[in-house]
Amino acid sequence: MNSHVLTAQPVASPHAHGGNSVGRTMFRVQWALLPATLFGFWLYGWPSFFMWLLTVAACVGFEALALKLMGAPRIKASLLDGSALLTGWLLALTLPPWAPWWVPVLGGFIAIIIGKQVFGGVGQNVFNPAMVARVALLVSFPVPLTWWVHPLPGGGLPAPDVVEGLRIFLTSLPVPDAMTSASLLGHAKTEMARGIDLLHSLGGESSRLQSWFGVRAGSFGESATLLILAGGLYLIACRIISWHTPLAVLAGVALPAAIAHGIDPARFLAPETHLLSGALMLGAFFIATDYVTSPNTALGQLIFGLGVGFVTWVIRSFGAYPEGMAFAVLLMNALTPVIDRFIKPRILGRDRQGKPLDIPEGQGA
Amino acid sequence: MGFMNLLKHLLSDDWGVHPDDHKRPAADAPVRVMPVPQRLYLPLQQHLGGPARPVVLVGQQVSKGELIAEAQGMVSAPIHAPTSGTIVAVSEITAPHPSGLTLSAIILEADGRDAWGELPACVDPFSLSPAEIGQRVAAAGVVGMGGAAFPSSVKLVGASRAKVTTLVINGGECEPYLSCDDRLMRDQAAAIIDGIRIMQHATGANVALVGIEDNKPEAIAAMQRAAGRGDVVIRPVPARYPMGSEKQLIQVLTGTEVPADGRPADIGVIVHNVGTALAVRAAVREGKPLISRLVTVNGQCAAYPGNIEVRIGTLAEEVIAFAGGLKGDGLGLARRIMGGPMMGMQIPHWRVPVVKGSSGILALDASEVAAQEPNPCIRCGRCVKACPMGLLPLEMSARIRNQAYDEAIDLGLKDCIACGCCAYVCPSTIPLVQYFVHAKGELAAQDRTKLRNDATKKLALQRQERLAREAREKAEAAARRKAEREAAAAKVAAEAAAVNAQTQGESA
Ligand code: SF4
Ligand code: SF4
Repeated sequence: MNSHVLTAQPVASPHAHGGNSVGRTMFRVQWALLPATLFGFWLYGWPSFFMWLLTVAACVGFEALALKLMGAPRIKASLLDGSALLTGWLLALTLPPWAPWWVPVLGGFIAIIIGKQVFGGVGQNVFNPAMVARVALLVSFPVPLTWWVHPLPGGGLPAPDVVEGLRIFLTSLPVPDAMTSASLLGHAKTEMARGIDLLHSLGGESSRLQSWFGVRAGSFGESATLLILAGGLYLIACRIISWHTPLAVLAGVALPAAIAHGIDPARFLAPETHLLSGALMLGAFFIATDYVTSPNTALGQLIFGLGVGFVTWVIRSFGAYPEGMAFAVLLMNALTPVIDRFIKPRILGRDRQGKPLDIPEGQGA
Repeated sequence: MGFMNLLKHLLSDDWGVHPDDHKRPAADAPVRVMPVPQRLYLPLQQHLGGPARPVVLVGQQVSKGELIAEAQGMVSAPIHAPTSGTIVAVSEITAPHPSGLTLSAIILEADGRDAWGELPACVDPFSLSPAEIGQRVAAAGVVGMGGAAFPSSVKLVGASRAKVTTLVINGGECEPYLSCDDRLMRDQAAAIIDGIRIMQHATGANVALVGIEDNKPEAIAAMQRAAGRGDVVIRPVPARYPMGSEKQLIQVLTGTEVPADGRPADIGVIVHNVGTALAVRAAVREGKPLISRLVTVNGQCAAYPGNIEVRIGTLAEEVIAFAGGLKGDGLGLARRIMGGPMMGMQIPHWRVPVVKGSSGILALDASEVAAQEPNPCIRCGRCVKACPMGLLPLEMSARIRNQAYDEAIDLGLKDCIACGCCAYVCPSTIPLVQYFVHAKGELAAQDRTKLRNDATKKLALQRQERLAREAREKAEAAARRKAEREAAAAKVAAEAAAVNAQTQGESA
């Protein structure tokens, strides 16, 4: 009767799987970023393409190196899941489009080695690696990191061809002044520092319609608000992210902005300007929603998002830097373990404190 | 993904998962009745609770429906001969359990006559008292047919004591691939409704709610026709796994939650499965014990998926052969499952018998199983969204990996119903349920060790006390003896002295 031996190790249920995988998730996120990225290439030409390519390659390369040095098993599978690639991509989108070659390489190193592998690799990092790199670069090299080139198709200058683009990228020669300009937030901040209030400084600034389509100076890709928004909505529709974090981030910026702008329009930017500028959309949909570094309950995500939004607004309005998204994300990343500790879903049959619900009177054996 | 599902997703009212149900075409194929096989293998433990105790001898002739093993203990169920024949052995066979462990079983050789023995008289169930119904259900060995196999009479009798007001009937059948309940509801709706009324009478519940997932329109229609406008209400529920789980179904149908440390009866509810209703009816109305059941044979590898009525104790191997075998003689077979794919168990080979709680025999190919090497957790939170109990599977598994079982308990490990939703959605294919099952096993083992240690300690203490007492008694006894001896010696000495004195006196 017992002549049949065990043919396979027993496996616990379930014996089916939804088919979702890390690779598929990451692929969808990249798919959602593609329109904004292509738009960025069109806007900023060949140098931006090289910048993007090298950032991604640096991240993947450093990831492979780190895994190899640590003797991790299944290096290829870990690389193919695309998380390093996505980190690089997100970092590239927040860099100046004509950043010279060493910025992507250094950024990739900081993001992957310091931001991720030092913490123990996938799923262990406390801070969003792309934001760690972005902030580290911004603090260490403020000048090249705020070299915003004028968008080419709108700027009227001839676009550099491949060779010219490569030269700009590799030599990091200063770009002619005619080609650079301040981002909207930066412009507002410097003008304010010179004592010119917003009502005047923004008078000749690009129209709102233009900012919807991103045709103005800013970092690579993050300015194409509409395309980023579309990508984000796509992610919500296919359930890669939930709506809680993005909505909370946007509300966290828009609410205080609306109140402050209502009180003193000469001192504070209007909420729609906040929403449409800088890294906000990218941050709300693609960065604050990073799985590893954000809470995993709906309520936790709302709190996290509001925090990111509010801190962003505070830094933009009162801080030394024109843009505060990256700092805000890092700050809230640090708070994520705390949020996760206190905010847990209610267990069925228990109250929020985890005590069993009362058995009603008059029932029970 | 339907629009409604998207809406629910946006509102975060989206516990559970929506697996591909794979129910058709098996559900649409008519039921086939399998002839009695040569031999039947009847494990003594087919239910939750204590195993049954054999009451037959090897070589004994039994008739169909005769009691061959009696219930043992408060929670247990008897076993009856599924056909007439001879008991050839009581020995160990592979149990329907993934470990491939063996269980003792009675092996019955069929004589081919399939002749019923004497059955309890048929009666009108509504003239019986709840206790009498409970007795008949217990005597017929009826257990929950949905998979858990909890002895039904225990629940019924408990319910009549606990002032139950609502009888919830589970026709959800939320597990993918399975369609035996669906088939029963389509084919035997009137008998099921009758069974439900009997259970209602036995429990004193004033309303019976039948929850049927809306992916079974035929079953809903048939049941609605049979129920009419009485106090048995057919309630379509959204198709979603694990809708058929007790706590979830109660919440959806009645809007109340079962307290974490309570039972459904505590909130006036009791849950039975549609198959159980049918078995209760047969037991009470016709006096027939539970000796056969409907089993779904399904999976990519099954050549002719469908529902088969089989005698309890038939080997899965024979069921599959009767159903038309496996495609390409089992080439490409990746996993053998008894039960459903979400909560069923892997079996090591097909020579495992169908028991009372077996709802399906699945032959899955590699694409269905989708087994993959686990990757690190990316904290995507999908498991949190999917968990129908509101737990944090990622945190619990992380604690268990570090063997911090106490922290896992604080996070709600004991509330986990092992439904498998979390592992189903995990993009890193982490075997989360395996962690939870392992941890629960560890904890049970720890509890047992603790009990044993306590017992040992107590024994040691008792022994010490006994030794101390004995030593004390011995010492006392010795002291007493010594005192006696001394007293005796003193007496002797005194007498001797007296004698001496006398002698001396005499000599003086
Ligand atoms: S579903 Fe898997 S990867 Fe995602 S949080 Fe849960 S355990 Fe981690
Ligand atoms: S943690 Fe338990 S109850 Fe929650 S989904 Fe996983 S198996 Fe089901």
